[in-house]
Amino acid sequence: MDLNALGACLTTSACVVTQTTSGLIVGMLLFLVAAGVTLIFGVLKIVNFAHGTFYMLGGYVAYTALGVTGSYALAVLAGAVSMAVFGVVFERALISRVYSSNVLMQLLICYAVVLIFDDLVKIIWGPEFHAMGMPPTFQVPPLFIAGGVVPPFYAVLIGIAALIAVVLGLGLSMTRLGKTVRAAAINAQMVSALGVDTTLLFAIVFAVGGGLAGLAGALAAPVRSLSPGMGFSVLIESFIVTVIGGMGSIAGALVSALLIGLVRGFGTIGFPQFTDGLIYIVMIAILLLRPQGLFGRRL
Amino acid sequence: MKDNHRSATRDVAIAAVALIIVLSIPFVHRSPAFEDFVIRLSAMALFATSLNLLVGNTGMVSFGHGMFYGLGAYAFALMMQMTELSLPVVAVLAVLFTTVAALCVGTICVRLSTDYFAFITLAFQMLIYSVIISWQNLTGGDQGLRGGLPRREIFGFDLTSQLHLYQFCAVIAVLGLLALRHISASPFGQTLCMIRDNETRTGFLGVVLWRARLCAFTIAGGFAGLGGVLAALFVSGAYPELADWPNSGQAIFAVMLGGINSFLGPLLGAAILLALNDAVARVTEYQGLVLGIVILIFALGLRRGVLDFLRLAWPKGLR
Repeated sequence: MDLNALGACLTTSACVVTQTTSGLIVGMLLFLVAAGVTLIFGVLKIVNFAHGTFYMLGGYVAYTALGVTGSYALAVLAGAVSMAVFGVVFERALISRVYSSNVLMQLLICYAVVLIFDDLVKIIWGPEFHAMGMPPTFQVPPLFIAGGVVPPFYAVLIGIAALIAVVLGLGLSMTRLGKTVRAAAINAQMVSALGVDTTLLFAIVFAVGGGLAGLAGALAAPVRSLSPGMGFSVLIESFIVTVIGGMGSIAGALVSALLIGLVRGFGTIGFPQFTDGLIYIVMIAILLLRPQGLFGRRL
Repeated sequence: MKDNHRSATRDVAIAAVALIIVLSIPFVHRSPAFEDFVIRLSAMALFATSLNLLVGNTGMVSFGHGMFYGLGAYAFALMMQMTELSLPVVAVLAVLFTTVAALCVGTICVRLSTDYFAFITLAFQMLIYSVIISWQNLTGGDQGLRGGLPRREIFGFDLTSQLHLYQFCAVIAVLGLLALRHISASPFGQTLCMIRDNETRTGFLGVVLWRARLCAFTIAGGFAGLGGVLAALFVSGAYPELADWPNSGQAIFAVMLGGINSFLGPLLGAAILLALNDAVARVTEYQGLVLGIVILIFALGLRRGVLDFLRLAWPKGLR
């Protein structure tokens, strides 16, 4: 614990800007992953334990696509689209078979998928860490905001994630599909009885969730290294975000992802050894005060 | 009442026969690999069966049961290293410590409904895991607690000898399982099943739900701690992996694999899981891949644990 360092940081604008930026990066990427988790839970009532695997695979696919095409934009697209397809296949081939069984069976299947793909990644890409490196377009001098260093790539990343948050929010509240999804979240059987093809709807939700996780993985690849098993820490954090925000709430996911990001950003200064622990404490504290999460419906 | 009495006698008889068989095996044939397996199984069986008191009996899916396994191991190993107390006293204290920890964590967790309960237990586990990792002076951080355990003899048995450790673990595991069996067959255990099946109605019958749940959580934590003590004896120390999430995952998997509605299901599941891990480790380094495929086959094929499946296939047979 180093509260003096934290205090010193909070008084200099350079440090505040730098830590806020890194916090926003973490938070925005987390939001993309957690939005999928919360959407899938909201509509299908499935806790997708394999969501971190989507994130990991998205990163690896983007890494390979960058090697083949040389274009970072195409790589990101490849990561997102491949994981949208993967999400649909995962839902159709595995999850849809156990909708009616015990929740634990769904959990077990997800656990199996995590184990299988962690090893497949080791077989295909090797067990060592891979660094994707910054795309050439962004290998330019950083911006200086109030004395703090902000690499342009970070700014773009935050912008993309913010754009997606807005699109997702508007899509859910304004479009016909979004309204159907929200209706299905409240009562899927009734929506089905009204003539909506819920099988297709569930597949779409999984495609969107998987695509967002793949996108996050691909976007994060230049700033974080790739390794087998990297999905799990992201999974845990996105669950924390989902639970704190209120399961099924997109707005809650955004607010709590930013909260966790900032706790992480400033926590590394004040509690360098205990940043993870800090996040669990935040989650426990919030659940004690509001068991349904910040934006959750009353239980 | 008479029925209950008879089944308790039957349980004790089964446990006694099982114990006699397990204890007599080394006198017929010494096999270090088998003894090693039984020692690990006894720790894992206590861990998984205590988890099933929550998952199968009460319908509380805890993702963080590994924290009590890890706490039991650390409490035992640390007290052995830092105090002059004898082994049985330290073991009892370690189990007590874990029970109190479970009581504290449970007080916060048991009021939350299913999904939130699962996540908050996971969060507590990760919190304790980060404490273990970051409190390096006490726990040795990610290297684990090294230096071995001193004075490992109990009632004239030297637990550094594999045979004696085997006998000790077998006795503790069978006694522990018998106690858990007794608890789940008792009126309290029946109350837990009632909560699982219909908690609203159970509440109407005058059962204080959170208190019953908290009792179950505390008892399960204590027995997981006992499993942790055996694990600490086996590895002669304690490692953070004991309190990490994959360990909880393994326990949940053992419970599911064996069958949540059969008392001996988790024991069978733990045995299958350990045997599978050992067998796969000999053939390939990609254990996760093989294990994952086996899980998928079980989950999609049987859709329930092995023992539950057998009981459905032969309803009058294995009860």
